[in-house]
Amino acid sequence: MIGNDRLAVRKTYKLYLNGAFPRSESGRTYEVTDAKGHFRGNVAWASRKDARDAVVAARGAFAKWSGATAYNRGQVLYRVAEVMEGRHVQFCDEVAHAEGLSTSKARAAVDAAIDRWVWYAGWTDKLAAVLGGSNPVAGPYFDFSTPEPSGVVAVLAPQQSSLLGLVSVLAPVLATGNTAVVVTSRERPIPAVTLAEVLATSDVPGGVVNLLTGNAEELGPWLAEHADVDGIDLTGAPAGRAMEFEREAAGTIKRVVRPPATEPDWTADPGLTRMTPFLETKTVWHPMGV
Amino acid sequence: MTHVLDPDALPGATPTVHAPLPPYDDVTRSDAAFRSFLHGLPGVDQVGAEARAAQLGTRSIKTTSKAWAIDTAISMVDLTTLEGADTPGKVRSLAAKAKQPDPSDPTTPRVAAVCVYGDLAGVAKDALEGTGIHVAAVATAFPSGRASRAVKIADVRDAVENGADEIDMVIDRGAFLTGRYLDVYEEIVAVKEACSRTDGGAPAHLKVILETGELKTLDNVRRASWIAMLAGGDFIKTSTGKVTPAATLPVGLVMLEAVRDFRIATGRQIGFKPAGGIKTTKDAVKHLVMINETVGADWLDPDWFRFGASSLLNDLLQQRQKLRTGHYSGPDHVTVD
Amino acid sequence: MSSVFEYAPAPESRSIVTIAPSYGLFIDGAFVDGTGESFTTVNPATEEVLSEVSAASDADVDRAVAAARRAFTRVWGPMRPADRGKYLFRIARLLQERAREFAVLESLDNGKPIRESRDVDVPLAAAHFFYYAGWADKLEHVGLGTAPRPLGVAGQVIPWNFPLLMLAWKVAPALAAGNTVVLKPAETTPLTALLFAEVCQQADLPAGVVNIVTGAGDTGRAVVEHGDVDKVAFTGSTEVGKSIARAVAGTSKKLTLELGGKAANIVFDDAPIDQAVEGIVQGIFFNQGHVCCAGSRLLVQESIHDEVIASLQRRIGTLRVGDPLDKNTDVGAINSAEQLARIRELSDIGEAEGAQRWQPACELPAKGYWFPPTVFTDVSPAHRIARDEVFGPVLSVLTFRTPDEAVAKANNTTYGLSAGIWSEKGSRILQIANQLRAGVVWANTFNKFDPTSPFGGYKQSGYGREGGRHGLAAYLTGADSK
Repeated sequence: MIGNDRLAVRKTYKLYLNGAFPRSESGRTYEVTDAKGHFRGNVAWASRKDARDAVVAARGAFAKWSGATAYNRGQVLYRVAEVMEGRHVQFCDEVAHAEGLSTSKARAAVDAAIDRWVWYAGWTDKLAAVLGGSNPVAGPYFDFSTPEPSGVVAVLAPQQSSLLGLVSVLAPVLATGNTAVVVTSRERPIPAVTLAEVLATSDVPGGVVNLLTGNAEELGPWLAEHADVDGIDLTGAPAGRAMEFEREAAGTIKRVVRPPATEPDWTADPGLTRMTPFLETKTVWHPMGV
Repeated sequence: MTHVLDPDALPGATPTVHAPLPPYDDVTRSDAAFRSFLHGLPGVDQVGAEARAAQLGTRSIKTTSKAWAIDTAISMVDLTTLEGADTPGKVRSLAAKAKQPDPSDPTTPRVAAVCVYGDLAGVAKDALEGTGIHVAAVATAFPSGRASRAVKIADVRDAVENGADEIDMVIDRGAFLTGRYLDVYEEIVAVKEACSRTDGGAPAHLKVILETGELKTLDNVRRASWIAMLAGGDFIKTSTGKVTPAATLPVGLVMLEAVRDFRIATGRQIGFKPAGGIKTTKDAVKHLVMINETVGADWLDPDWFRFGASSLLNDLLQQRQKLRTGHYSGPDHVTVD
Repeated sequence: MSSVFEYAPAPESRSIVTIAPSYGLFIDGAFVDGTGESFTTVNPATEEVLSEVSAASDADVDRAVAAARRAFTRVWGPMRPADRGKYLFRIARLLQERAREFAVLESLDNGKPIRESRDVDVPLAAAHFFYYAGWADKLEHVGLGTAPRPLGVAGQVIPWNFPLLMLAWKVAPALAAGNTVVLKPAETTPLTALLFAEVCQQADLPAGVVNIVTGAGDTGRAVVEHGDVDKVAFTGSTEVGKSIARAVAGTSKKLTLELGGKAANIVFDDAPIDQAVEGIVQGIFFNQGHVCCAGSRLLVQESIHDEVIASLQRRIGTLRVGDPLDKNTDVGAINSAEQLARIRELSDIGEAEGAQRWQPACELPAKGYWFPPTVFTDVSPAHRIARDEVFGPVLSVLTFRTPDEAVAKANNTTYGLSAGIWSEKGSRILQIANQLRAGVVWANTFNKFDPTSPFGGYKQSGYGREGGRHGLAAYLTGADSK
């Protein structure tokens, strides 16, 4: 970026993997432009091996993240909102460029994205009460059900909404205790890289979120077929490829969120729709006797 | 150890404590050791034990098996009268019934024993002379067991002298529930000693009544069973018949598991006697099934299994008549004791 | 064990059941002939042919789906929810009234002991209808917003291990939520589903609300792949589950899968041993081990291994294997020749891999499909009998030394349906239950089921839940549904 009379220091846009910011192991980058076609940067182009490493990182982080108290997870997610708030101007600028939005529309999107973290932060310690409970079985048993995360979730982030859309698909995965491997919008990855920097400085343990800039079309099949991925959100799957990815996901009985016909209005209240797909219900029985 | 309620019961500084059979010969070396042994026994999950007992209760015993079960059950009955109103006449009447349970069918087996209070043991002994039917006497301040140890021992000696072949003692539930397990143990040992005969005859067999209805939990039933077995009891028995609940199937199951495990560990077989609440043939058959599938055929013998009962016998007899005649019987077709 | 106390045969009377020489499909409220090639269903305990059953062709499935669609749009969908509930209550009562008939028929067609069909399958099936009947007019409280809607026509494919019970698990919530159904029972066990069709008639259930299409895999495929089916629910093997998930990919069909399992049953050294042994037996020999949630991997703490195995073997020695209709039978017949072959094959592999096979002395009937209760010791996690679902009365015994090792071994499977924990220590139970990746955890009990209690798997044991409020969510859509 050229500022007044000072030559700006440009950023190298890298992957966010296991809490670190490596280049793609493939050495590849691709050129990203803004909505008007102006050069914005050369962004790391994640390979299938990066995706593989990201799954390993997400699996490694799962026990600790899913085992954290719901209160703790809520505070961490709220912290993400706090740190994002400090980078508000930067996000507005990046979203405006990426999506070709007016300043006010970009600001609205960033506001909504930050508020979405706050909303999900508040969910972590309510889910068990809303989705679980005790079951009055016909016998001398105490029987209760609790929601638990599915595990490692691959997310093909929306292609259009570079920040609000991304947060809207990522935050519910984290709020429910899953860890994530996210393939960002191919054309609009820069807000995602900044979000990675926010995550890295907001008490989110390394490996819980792994952001891969690159091509969902290329990485989708690897993630859909990966035996150590428990669920996949196909929201950002390229047109015409979602069915194929879903078929591949069937090979390991993954939990699948199908893509909407067109990208939805991300400002709408999501309800539980993005959390329940990656939650399991565990039911525990124990006798009651003396 | 001294008996809290009766400090003078055991004269001398060091009471003799008989060591249990190996490999358990050191578990009674101290209160603490005994406690940790008993609390180290595997726990009993009440719901699981009740479910298993209920499942055994669904066995369907028909035709030839039923006939066998009825005759076997009759031969295992300790025909019992334990009333304040008992008289020599009542006991003689019961003895007559024991010898010939069903006057209409001489093929009916005799019962195993007649069970009475100790003061009437002599009456029963005379009435049953030469029949092979045993005389069992309850003792040790039955049913509450609330007397000094000296009184309890005297009670036992009196019954043995009156001719009892078997002594049905009660454990000190108060001592058990306050955790004085070694007291409970020592008292059983003392009673066992009192079962010996001055004339050098075979000592009376000792049945140890746990009164499970007062122990409340199945964990307690298992611990009390082990105390009784380690102390030398020949039988463990559920109840006095004076407390409800008495001989339930889950309690029986836990006690049978105890005698099973005790024999595996020590080689010594202990008998089992459920008493109280077993009133119908169906109840009796359920117990036989439970024996069969928990400890096996070695216990399906009056030497190792008894029913403490009174009204049970008449129901067994009516069912027996039904099998023989093909039609249902009625209370006037069996004798009033 | 015993020789002096033999139990005389105590057979449940067959006369309560009338089996027709042949059966058609149940479509639009009436029995009709199928146009596919018919097949026979046999009593696996005797190999006697019980009846000839129509196989539904694609065209028959088409008719069934059309009937279900009509019933959905014209009758069942618009019906007052309370009335839908009343129909389900009626069905629950009819199942109770005809319980003995269903139990006998189930044991005849499936091979399971009458004790189980009488005491478990049929009462639980009735309970499921009773439970979901009450939900029908309370759907706004399910948690899917104030106006949840049914999905439409549900295509349901069920297995042979609990034919009537699986029907109840599928049909009751679907109907309560306002859907209509096309149900395909398993090829080897169609008879109780067809008797259920009679119950629907007795209940005056409107035509087309429940349609039953018998047949094999092709019929199932036609149901699953039918373009006018909105919801697919399947219980069965993971392999078939995968192909179904593939088949519905790219459609808008909602899918729930309840698939295989290889449950660990973990016994700690402080367990209530006698109840644990019962739980192990109940866990693996209930229904001949034809149970997706069977406790087929016994994980026993090394310090008590010998004691537990000795107790277990003694207990298994008392199991009575034989005539399913005998009220004293504990272990019945293997459901089919095909399943028997698979059990034999995996058992032989277990032996070849070095595990020790133990079976009690038990006499098996000469005719029919039988496999004795079997325990493999010295099993390592690398053995196929420790990994593959046998779906038979075969237990693999592994050991562990620490709680961490128990959890690691228990979770070391691609399945995640159920697990067992035996310990007298409450805090340990809760911690281990928390760490197990399984949808149902039985602590100090095993193989317990209840309509109020959600059931279903993690990982490749499937997704979605059956039972409870959760079971309804699979048949509804609302603002908050997935």
